Amino acid sequence: MSKKLSVPGVDVSWKDITPGGIVEAGTCREFKTGDWRSVKPVWKQDACKQCLLCFPVCPDSSIPINKDGKREDFDYDYCKGCGVCANVCPFHAIDMVDED
Amino acid sequence: MAFNLKQEAKKPERLTGGHRMCAGCGAPVVVRGILRALNEEDHAVVSCATGCLEVSTFIYPYSAWTDSFIHSAFENSAATVSGAEAAYVAMKRKGKLPQGETKFIAFGGDGGTYDIGIQSLSGAMERGHNMLYVCYDNGAYMNTGIQRSSATPKYADTTTSPAGKVVPGKPQSRKDLTMIMVNHNIPYVAQTSPLGSKKGGLKDLHEKAQKALYTPGPAFINALAPCPRGWRYDTPRLLELCDLAVDTCFWPLYEVVDGVYHITYFPKEKLPVEAYLKPQGRFRHLFKAGNEHLIENIQKEVDDRWAMLLKLADNA
Repeated sequence: MSKKLSVPGVDVSWKDITPGGIVEAGTCREFKTGDWRSVKPVWKQDACKQCLLCFPVCPDSSIPINKDGKREDFDYDYCKGCGVCANVCPFHAIDMVDED
Repeated sequence: MAFNLKQEAKKPERLTGGHRMCAGCGAPVVVRGILRALNEEDHAVVSCATGCLEVSTFIYPYSAWTDSFIHSAFENSAATVSGAEAAYVAMKRKGKLPQGETKFIAFGGDGGTYDIGIQSLSGAMERGHNMLYVCYDNGAYMNTGIQRSSATPKYADTTTSPAGKVVPGKPQSRKDLTMIMVNHNIPYVAQTSPLGSKKGGLKDLHEKAQKALYTPGPAFINALAPCPRGWRYDTPRLLELCDLAVDTCFWPLYEVVDGVYHITYFPKEKLPVEAYLKPQGRFRHLFKAGNEHLIENIQKEVDDRWAMLLKLADNA
C-alpha cells in the first residue's frame, strides 16, 4: 500500500496530517444538566435501607456510591428529575418535590 | 460470576452524567448496566451507531464515555468496532501493546441495528470478531422524531405510521432480530431488559452482559429501552414498563449459548398484552370501541412467538 496520498498537487504522507478531533474521555462532567429539572428527588436518609436498587436505574449516573459501597446524596449537577429512582425505591426513601 | 450488587456498586462509573439524553431515558440505564459488567481493570473500546445515544453522549467537545470511544456513522458501528478489534489483535501479536485486556463494544438503537446497520452487524458477527454488539431497542427512530422502524410493534402510532380513521398505526409486525442473530451461529445471543426492584433489577442484564463480554467470539445482546417521548408514558414508570413487557411475554428474556435456547425469566402469571399496551400513548387508539380485534391480533402474535420460544428452549 502506498504511504503517499494520491491527491494531485499535495505531497504529504498520512503522518503529516492533523489528527481528527480527539476529545478527552469523560468530559461530559463539565456540562451540567441539573438545570433541566422541574422536580427534584429528595433523599430521606432515615428511611433508606441502602439496598442500592436506585443507583443503577439512574439514567444520569447521579446517585454516587462511596468507597464503603453506600449511596450518598444526589448529584444535583446532573440529575434531570426524571423520578425513576423514586419509583423503584421499595422503602419510599425518595420524595419528588417541585423545584422552587 | 454471581451478581453481587454491593460489589458491583463499588466499580467506578464508566458513563458520566452530563450527557444530553432525555430525563428518564431507558438507554443510559442499559449502557451503564452493560459497562458495569466489565472487570474493573479491563479497558473498553466503544462505538455507537448514529442515534439518540450517539448524538447525546458525544457532543463535541464533550464525551460521556470514560473509555475509548470512536465516532461512527449510522450504518457502520459494527464494522468500526470489528476493525478496531482486528487492529488490536494484530498489534498484540506484534507485541506493540501493553498487557491487559481490551473489550470491544458497539451500541446501536433499533434503527441503527434492525434497519440501517444490519449488514455491517451481520458481517462483523459472521467474521467472528471478539466483540459485543448491544442493541437498545426503543422501537422507533426516536432521535429524529419517532419514525417507525422494523422494530416498531404492530399498530404503534408513530409520525410515519400515524394512527387515524383508516390505518390503525404501523400495519406490519416487528422483526425478530434476536432470532436473526441466533441464526448467525455465534457463541452468545441474549435478549434482556432492565427490570424493577421486585424482579431483580439489573441482575438479568448484568449477568448476560458479563457472559457476552467474556465469551470469546462475537456476541449480541438485544435490550429493551423504553422511551418516554416515543412511547408516551409517564416518565417515572420506566421500569414498570419493562416489567410489564416481560410479564406479558411481549419481550421474553432468554439467552442462546452455542445454539441452545434457555429462557431466563418465566412470568409467575402471564399477563394479557393490554397490561403492557394500556400505559402507552402510542397504543391509545387500540382502546377505542371497535378496535378490540386489533388487541386480539397483537395478543395472538405474542402468544405464537412465546409458544415457539417454549418449543425451542431447553428448560420449558
